[in-house]
Amino acid sequence: MSAGEPPINSPEIRRLSPVIEPGHTYATVTDKISAIVLTRPASLGWFAGFTVAFGVVMMLTIALAWLIIKGVGIWGINVPIGWGFAIVNFVWWIGIGHAGTLISAILFLLNQKWRTSINRFAEAMTLFAVACAGIFPLIHTGRPWMAFYMFPYPSTMGIWPQFRSPLIWDVFAVSTYGTVSLLFWFVGLIPDLATLRDRAVSKPKQIIYGTLAMGWRGSARHWQRYQSAYLLLAGLATPLVLSVHTVVSFDFAIAIVPGWHTTIFPPYFVAGAIYSGFAMVLTIAIPLRKAYDLEDFITMRHLENMAMVMLATGLIVAYGYFFEFFMSMYSGNKFDVFLVQQRLHGPYNHYYFALILCNILTPQLLWFQKIRTNVPMLFVMSIIINIGMWLERFVIVVISLTRDFMPSAWGRYSATVWDYMTFVGTMGLFVMLLFLFVRVLPAISIAEMRELVSETSEEHK
Amino acid sequence: MTTHLHRSHIYGVLGEFETEHQLIRAAEKARDAGYRRIEGYAPFPVEGLSEALGLKRNIVPLITLIGGLCGGLGGFGFQYWVNVIAYPLNIGGRPFNSWPAFIPVTFELTVLGAALSAVFGMLALNGLPQPYHPLFNVERFAKHATSDRFFLCIEARDKKFNLAEAARFLQGVDARHVSEVRDD
Repeated sequence: MSAGEPPINSPEIRRLSPVIEPGHTYATVTDKISAIVLTRPASLGWFAGFTVAFGVVMMLTIALAWLIIKGVGIWGINVPIGWGFAIVNFVWWIGIGHAGTLISAILFLLNQKWRTSINRFAEAMTLFAVACAGIFPLIHTGRPWMAFYMFPYPSTMGIWPQFRSPLIWDVFAVSTYGTVSLLFWFVGLIPDLATLRDRAVSKPKQIIYGTLAMGWRGSARHWQRYQSAYLLLAGLATPLVLSVHTVVSFDFAIAIVPGWHTTIFPPYFVAGAIYSGFAMVLTIAIPLRKAYDLEDFITMRHLENMAMVMLATGLIVAYGYFFEFFMSMYSGNKFDVFLVQQRLHGPYNHYYFALILCNILTPQLLWFQKIRTNVPMLFVMSIIINIGMWLERFVIVVISLTRDFMPSAWGRYSATVWDYMTFVGTMGLFVMLLFLFVRVLPAISIAEMRELVSETSEEHK
Repeated sequence: MTTHLHRSHIYGVLGEFETEHQLIRAAEKARDAGYRRIEGYAPFPVEGLSEALGLKRNIVPLITLIGGLCGGLGGFGFQYWVNVIAYPLNIGGRPFNSWPAFIPVTFELTVLGAALSAVFGMLALNGLPQPYHPLFNVERFAKHATSDRFFLCIEARDKKFNLAEAARFLQGVDARHVSEVRDD
């Protein structure tokens, strides 16, 4: 390095690291992003990835069909451990969804410009994660065709749901979350659908995108109401996203089972949700920007910011683990103390140690900027954190249920091949939906990128 | 009579601009010139365009507030009716109206009511879905309005509207292209 030049990682240079690479105009961002959907032929890699994901979805359908034929007995659940994989996976998927809403709503309210190029696919990720999550409580009911019993409707039997139960709160929280996420995503898409309508050459595409765009023409009066609605949705989605994982944590915290009955659950569940969600955004963003040459739009700055959010939420999660441990010991409640001992020395302690390794120790590497700007390293870490967050839910659900108050009620849990097929199957569903999404809808908000071009060109004046 | 017939086929005159600043300047000048039925079109929300066009504040926030209140009050009232009147259940001896336990669902329904009214209120006020609009007859509008160009339309229903004059006005404020918008 020659003298006088600032070192490549100096703060002077980092401050200039852009959220969009220079040289883009309204036309170039429009062309580049819409071309992925409209003109670029699907690559061999896309077909290969889609085929694998589709195959995994077929495996999911087999697992679900066999479940409906035989019942939940094909799973590893038994009498003390009635929750098992279904609830572990449900909480894991719902948590992943949270980053999408966080990026699109909270960072929007905080006026963080770097959210622009990642919010669209993060929102899509939210929807697909909620779709995967929704499968689990539904099939866990044992008779999924009776699931409508959970909704309040005037039945001939004259019965109504019991609104004091956190499981009913869950139904409302998750369905509201799914609906509002869909609305938020769709409202954001309207101007881009209009762009695709106007740029599509083939008649079927014009008709489909035209129908979805509903005749949007970018009128100033429309934009004004649109912006009000979008801002309000962001304001509504912010407390909503915090409430959803809070309600999910109530499923545990309201029960008296040792290891569940703690007041720290809501904040620590929400932090864990954001943590795993950002990890999943990175897991998707890194291959996506590579495959579709979007490095100009999803820049190093985005990856580094997301890594920093992961580090921060990871520390909150670590704080949660510590206080779970501390409060059990401090309370002196013998069941709580025993549960801590079981986590450290019981039959599932290797899950607990793996969890600490994945969720607390490994992410400490993110303190180093070298790691945060090393793309393959970030990708690996995002996967480690996803695994860690899954282990967290496994530890919470399984260890507590196998060791509650009475030794006569203790048990063991091991998942069967059907559990694994269903879990891996939902991952296939998630990936397949993402593959379809990047081919049929703009993965980056074109209208918001134009706004960013307008703002950055003003800054340079 | 003939002028009236003629006017009914004309939606307005459309000027095309390259930057949002030109559009804002043109909108301001159009209002200064006395035009009132004017509308700007942009591929992204342009700051300051609403003010330049003299738009009033919109009522989407009010609709959202009403929707949220209906969702919240309706949600709580419904739970009260179910758990106190229609189907009272004794759960661990707790009061039928255990209102703290009704708060999570009340909150969710408040958000749901507000979000649905924000989106559908916005669409209804905007008159969407609207499959046909005369502006789409203008080829350059259909091609560029949702991509990289900015448009100002002086509509025929403006009291001061005159085709030739409006076209001359738009040329005078540096519109790159000026075209008439036909509604037939």
